[in-house]
Amino acid sequence: MTQPRPAPGDLRARALAVKRRFLAMYAAAHAGHVGSSLSCTEMLVHLRFAWMEPEDELVLSKGHAAAVLYAVLAEAGMLPPGELDTFSKDGTLLSAHPPLGGIRGIPFATGSLGHGLSLAAGMALAARLRGERKRFFCVTSDGELDEGSVWEAALFIHHHGLRNLVWLIDRNMLQGIGRTEEVLALEPLGAKLEAFGFHAVTADGHDFTSLARARELCCRDEPRMRPRAVICATRKGRGIEGLEDTVDCHYLPLTPPQHAQVLRTLEAEEKERGEGHEG
Amino acid sequence: MRAEFAQAIIRARAQHPEFLFLTGDLGYMALEGVREHYGDRFINAGVAEQNMISVAAGLARGGFVPWVYSIAPFAVLRPYEQIRNDVCLHGLPVKIVGNGGGYGYGIMGATHHTLEDIAVMRVLPRMRVYIPLTGEDVEDAVGLMGRDPSPNYLRLNLPVRVDEGTPPFAPWRRIRRGRRAVVIGAGPVLGNILALKEEAFREGLDIWCAGILPLEELPEELVESIRRTGRVVTVEEHYRECGLNEAVAARILPGVQGPLRWKALAADGYPSGRYGSQAWHQRENALAGEGLARHLKEVLDA
Repeated sequence: MTQPRPAPGDLRARALAVKRRFLAMYAAAHAGHVGSSLSCTEMLVHLRFAWMEPEDELVLSKGHAAAVLYAVLAEAGMLPPGELDTFSKDGTLLSAHPPLGGIRGIPFATGSLGHGLSLAAGMALAARLRGERKRFFCVTSDGELDEGSVWEAALFIHHHGLRNLVWLIDRNMLQGIGRTEEVLALEPLGAKLEAFGFHAVTADGHDFTSLARARELCCRDEPRMRPRAVICATRKGRGIEGLEDTVDCHYLPLTPPQHAQVLRTLEAEEKERGEGHEG
Repeated sequence: MRAEFAQAIIRARAQHPEFLFLTGDLGYMALEGVREHYGDRFINAGVAEQNMISVAAGLARGGFVPWVYSIAPFAVLRPYEQIRNDVCLHGLPVKIVGNGGGYGYGIMGATHHTLEDIAVMRVLPRMRVYIPLTGEDVEDAVGLMGRDPSPNYLRLNLPVRVDEGTPPFAPWRRIRRGRRAVVIGAGPVLGNILALKEEAFREGLDIWCAGILPLEELPEELVESIRRTGRVVTVEEHYRECGLNEAVAARILPGVQGPLRWKALAADGYPSGRYGSQAWHQRENALAGEGLARHLKEVLDA
């Protein structure tokens, strides 16, 4: 740990700033996938500002949440904020899924589900073979776990003991057009990960104190030296009245009144928490 | 060519510390020496080709040049999206090695054959496909691939012997000189034409071998021969569509004047629904033996 860990209150302020950025991007582009970005905002903010070192790499395997990734990179000073205004428009560098083209903080174009964990595993293995201390993080969705390649990657990561990699799962219980447990049931997910040889930690994916605890559990050397996974319980479309935890918030662009409502809700929530005790 | 490939990849390592080897749990009685020589840079990734290709892409991004080995259909078709997205779109130097392209796995059956690998690989951005003909070609191809910063596919098969004095592996080379018709082929299936004994074939066919796709510009001598003979035969152990035949046609059309007699010899899958050795499938598809001779005679007699 070479950088001081920010307090949960600071991270919440970061998260709110990131949400303001990407909600404006979605509104300007009249684009969907807002719910997917709201689902993993705190996870990405926590990674970038409280876990990753500058040399570490993140693969956002759930590429449909690209907007939150771009907003986090802008917030971190890795992407000119002006670029965000071009999101999803003709001629942009920032397509609706993470692009090719060497943007710092985006090692691979993603969007087709089930690739990211293997890509992160390959980079992690390369770093280990080269004796580099970099770490690698991969955020997958939960619906993505339907892809067999994810489990191929899980076998590989465990077999090769890739402890320089952390797999975070955005467990919002929703996928394309249904609830995960009704489409292709994933539970008991923690037991599955443990059976695949992972040290599986759970967290409230919207709570920075809980995410910090998960990080500490992951960083602690446990005797079996297993690779790490964090199942982050989240709500898709968190903060959108009437759309939170629905399939609709995966696809539908927000209307201007919905957009205003989400911002009001998030700001009120932050104000309320800020007035309470820190943490 | 597996043995030649294993030797080549072992020898190449001295110049290429960035080489790393992955296999999809195949290579029994072939890759043992590679495993020994590469040590921790040899990874049996298990029967998990999709993960293997994406891992290779990650390794390439981390500075390695991964060679990824399997039976050709499993190397190419199973992880095709991983090859497109993770390797080719990013232009990473991942070297995919498919053993037994065409009917190479013979009696193992249709699932172990690939008659569409050249088609699907040659269309990918930045991908370059290497098709050796002889055992010696394999080492040359491995050397070229090691210096090629692009994604590559190496299609291995049983090597054939060529006449003494044949030039080494190259994008284009003439493997036998003839006066009456041009034959353009890729890979060891060309050996079936070299094996035909009749004098009409030995002196009539001007045989050229393409080693790399996308095809480079046709050599001037080849263009001249096409103009002079007005007859072209393409031969490939691959479906007719989207393989060598169409690649050659696209190269020839803009540059050659006048009508051409054209015959595309290619695989037609499993016309009888029966199975056999590679040589049996080649004969059934008129890529060897009497059927092949009949087609060539038609061209020469036309």
